[in-house]
Amino acid sequence: MKVLVAIKRVVDYNVKVRVKADNSGVDLANVKMSMNPFCEIAVEEAVRLKEQGVVSEIVVVSVGPTTAQEQLRTALALGADRAILVEAADELNSLAVAKALKAVVDKEQPQLVILGKQAIDSDNNQTGQMLAALTGYAQGTFASKVTVAGDTLNVTREIDGGLQTVALSLPAIVTTDLRLNEPRYASLPNIMKAKKKPLETVTPDALGVSLASTNKTLKVEAPAARSAGIMVKSVAELVEKLKNEAKVI
Amino acid sequence: MAILLVAEHDNHSLAAATLNTLAAAQQIGGEIVVLVAGHDVAGVAFAAAEVAGVSKVLVADHAAYAHQLPENLAPLVANLGRDFSHVLAPATSNGKNTLPRVAALLDVDQISEIIAVESSDTFKRPIYAGNAIATVQSSAPVKVITVRSTGFDAVPASGGGAVIEALAGATDARLSRVVGEQLATSERPELTAAKVVVAGGRGLGNGDNFKHLYSLADKLGAAVGASRAAVDAGFVPNDMQVGQTGKIVAPQLYIAVGISGAIQHLAGMKDSKVIVAINKDEEAPIFQVADYGLVGDLFELVPELTASL
Repeated sequence: MKVLVAIKRVVDYNVKVRVKADNSGVDLANVKMSMNPFCEIAVEEAVRLKEQGVVSEIVVVSVGPTTAQEQLRTALALGADRAILVEAADELNSLAVAKALKAVVDKEQPQLVILGKQAIDSDNNQTGQMLAALTGYAQGTFASKVTVAGDTLNVTREIDGGLQTVALSLPAIVTTDLRLNEPRYASLPNIMKAKKKPLETVTPDALGVSLASTNKTLKVEAPAARSAGIMVKSVAELVEKLKNEAKVI
Repeated sequence: MAILLVAEHDNHSLAAATLNTLAAAQQIGGEIVVLVAGHDVAGVAFAAAEVAGVSKVLVADHAAYAHQLPENLAPLVANLGRDFSHVLAPATSNGKNTLPRVAALLDVDQISEIIAVESSDTFKRPIYAGNAIATVQSSAPVKVITVRSTGFDAVPASGGGAVIEALAGATDARLSRVVGEQLATSERPELTAAKVVVAGGRGLGNGDNFKHLYSLADKLGAAVGASRAAVDAGFVPNDMQVGQTGKIVAPQLYIAVGISGAIQHLAGMKDSKVIVAINKDEEAPIFQVADYGLVGDLFELVPELTASL
């Protein structure tokens, strides 16, 4: 079957971002950008399903700026077969991305769409669920295990109380959690090969998709900083401070 | 204005996160209607009707809603939600699973995990693992919002007297079904509702060593959490993970043991009132957010702390 993997270009997870002085957003100038870690897990899962012989073709898609081609090439180096960039301005809200992905789903007709559960920049955790609503497909969010059995997809989900396994009718939408797999690194030969794999660029207009949003960010501020604490020398001193100074025990 | 609030429950009891979400609803203002969707939920509906500030409880009691599968629940919430100015749910795994599906069915963008209400259409929410706080305004006819419990003090669970109204029929999309559950059972308080949290990281070395933390937690009436490193290493199950993409906690006292303090972990606990860090590495970033830091061997210090309480 064909699988579609959606990926997002985000600030690298090791970067500690700073809020711009004019409170218009965070400063992304000269900051390292990478594939969202949950999206790397999504690509890896698709590649493993292909290695198992369950998946025949992996199409990777990103909705974002021209520079997201870098992340699409990374996904191609990791094992995706071809890539689609829906080229759009930087700051898109989840519904717009879900609508663009819906248009790609209509065209590509994948049996399975895998996305990261959330992007580490906007921390929204919305796009997969929204795509499931727009396509009318079943959704298996926060997945820690995915197995295909005929026309059913079994997804083990990380939930507040532990784990839950759902059986979904295909086609279906899966969003990845941290324990689904450990992504591989792209090898140099595969990075070279990826340069020759097809990467198609389309515009939202050509897909007939509106990118309008009902959300508007008015300002972005730094969080309140915690005041500096103290080091204690012993357990006895810690207990004394917690009892008499902090009064929490 | 009227607010539809999707209750968090397990078919038996109303979860505390519902009460925090109610506090957010009260700050927005207007009539508050609670939806209890599940199976055999009469007790939950009764508890919801008792909560201060609720005017009506809508009950969708049907086998199709037993596990609150989003394929079935989202159409119900979206259809009801059209008549409200706001649809709110706690940012629990159920809320996060269902509400974006509701938002898309209503053709609006969702506002995730708000921590403050500025006005009926403007909210604050953390982005970039809490390293920035965005103020977001919604122009949606129905504002679909998940609420981070730690941002709002719970309303009293009693003192109300709402009418209970049963909803007829149900949607069963027949797209999904639950085939298994492995739920953690613990005598200790629930992680996100506990007044004290003791959390362990890679420094614990293995799962067995978490016994030191359980002993300490039992002395303090605390819940036990973990860093991603401890969960990924298989020391403890995923439901114990505190962090950007795990559980968000803000207890009165958070004791971090053997946790270095990656920004992703700090995102899940830095709003705790008092933070204690115990770590052998005095350079560990956890000490930058700790009110009280203690450098040393956790295998000596934690039992000593337990014994001295």
